[in-house]
Amino acid sequence: MKLKTDSNLPAPDDFYETLIAMHRDLTDEQSQFVNARLILLLANHIGDPEALREAMDKARAEVGGP
Amino acid sequence: MLKTHSNPHFPYRRSPDQDSGEPTRHAVVIVGAGPVGLTLAIDLAQRGVSVVLLDDDDTVSVGSRAVCHAKRSLEILDRLGCGDEVVRRGVSWSVGKVFFHDRQIYAFNLLPEAGHHRPAFVNLQQYYFEELLLDRVSELPGIDLRWRHGVSEVVAADAGARLTVNTPDGEYQLDCDWLIACDGAKSPVRHALGLESRGQVFRDRFLIADVLMKADYPTERWFWFDPPFHPGQSTLLHRQADNVWRIDFQLGWDADPEVEKQPEKVLPRLKQMLGTREFDLEWVSVYTFTCRRMERFRHGRVFFAGDAAHQLSPFGARGANSGIQDADNLAWKLALVVQGSAPEALLETYSSERVQAADENILNSTRATDFITPKSAVSKVFRDATLSLAEHYPFARKLVNSGRLSQPTVYANSPLNTADLDGFVGAMIPGAPAADAPVESTRGYGWLLDALGGEFALLYYCGTADQLPRRIIEAITALARDELAIRVIVLTLPGSGLANPEGGEVLCDAEGLAAVRYDLRPGSCYLLRPDQHVCARWRWLDLEHIRKARARAIQASETA
Repeated sequence: MKLKTDSNLPAPDDFYETLIAMHRDLTDEQSQFVNARLILLLANHIGDPEALREAMDKARAEVGGP
Repeated sequence: MLKTHSNPHFPYRRSPDQDSGEPTRHAVVIVGAGPVGLTLAIDLAQRGVSVVLLDDDDTVSVGSRAVCHAKRSLEILDRLGCGDEVVRRGVSWSVGKVFFHDRQIYAFNLLPEAGHHRPAFVNLQQYYFEELLLDRVSELPGIDLRWRHGVSEVVAADAGARLTVNTPDGEYQLDCDWLIACDGAKSPVRHALGLESRGQVFRDRFLIADVLMKADYPTERWFWFDPPFHPGQSTLLHRQADNVWRIDFQLGWDADPEVEKQPEKVLPRLKQMLGTREFDLEWVSVYTFTCRRMERFRHGRVFFAGDAAHQLSPFGARGANSGIQDADNLAWKLALVVQGSAPEALLETYSSERVQAADENILNSTRATDFITPKSAVSKVFRDATLSLAEHYPFARKLVNSGRLSQPTVYANSPLNTADLDGFVGAMIPGAPAADAPVESTRGYGWLLDALGGEFALLYYCGTADQLPRRIIEAITALARDELAIRVIVLTLPGSGLANPEGGEVLCDAEGLAAVRYDLRPGSCYLLRPDQHVCARWRWLDLEHIRKARARAIQASETA
């Protein structure tokens, strides 16, 4: 387990507010684009392929699909 | 239609084999005189193996087709005596630029360091490339090249194959011990044997337009994602010889190939891109592509090489370049087997090594295609997000994929390698293609790869020593006298007054770059295969280790 799943954010409410605020006044399409840029920036910051794969697996796990 | 080139038409000649009554038997028959078949024929002929080279057509490539010749291909051609001509005739480049919308987002240099004989790439139209190889063919004894001799039937047997050959004079039959199919993506030989090449067809179409123009673009590879002159699609620009420029437009799957080829459709597209520049249209072609390969490239005594064995998307220039590396890999092995110097088991490693290379090329080619032609809305969002970040942040440039340009395969897991006993750092691991470096020699070589040549070679480093120990001199002489000789290259630093030992040659590592690239210390040595791939290395020279590694590299069970 490389991925931290216990709380790691010093101020969770602040983070959440900033995340939502980042999307203020954007169309859905723009939001998608900004989210993609954010994921890429964060992925590079994390760097560790194992942690990234675990995060992707967990993100996908509870979402259905064909 | 071409203004800069007209295809030669080579005469059909009747072969004595057509009048012999019985099928004549030849050791090696190659089918297909394209870049791969010609390279293989030259390599085998240089190694003293005579070949019959059959081609169903009477000319070189129609259209410029494969134009980007990678550094490793040029190094192979140097060994075959055609490198200088290809470089002289073509245009050299190492820099690529990537554009998104109306802006350049970054540039990359594929060969950022000095001290290599050849550039990252030379662009030259395929017809010129083939003509230069044909010039070399005509200088060599042992290549029986037959135009308009097409293969229609193949019957494979344990000891070879029987071919039915179609000519303007009708059919005749030929027998051969070894058959090599270099007959392209549609490979009639593969079909005749009921074999398949399997993979993935991509749902996209591309338009190639070769234009003749005096343009002020530098000699670089330029790739646009979603440019204003071709919205929603990609475009690639490459310079070729004779002021011909290759422009490759992505069209999408719904484009009608027949309509897109028409000048009334192509010219406005080009004017959008080129503005007021004057140009003439040289050649137009619409293509789709497939990434696929055969399961194995050797079937008994029949080999497949180039597009016949594996097909790729054009992004990355991996098609013809990997075909030339196929030829480079097969020629020495087949020559040793034909001449009785190596067991047939060696030939199986042609398939295993080049299947590994094909998988690497297909993977790179497929990933580039997925980036250039995103298959879903979210994939397009990530693509554009990556491009938008790449303008400002270096990490994102590594994610942009406009084609990962052809690199030779490192046969890291090859059974021909001897595992390291000693510690080394750097890229020259067993299986890697030898790196070049500037050298000085009394014979006038300027480059290490030229000095290595096409036989087994041992690179022995002695630093500044001006005398070799007796043990080393004796080993060098012994290796040169072995039945399967190993030529020893003794590498020194400037200032050493070492004389050539018997059977070996002293070279000076003029700029110290060989020592860096191979992580050399006095006493270090590298054993190189005839195709200039590393197969073993040590920190000291031991005759028995070297002979054992050579035996392994030809799959012989016992040392000589």
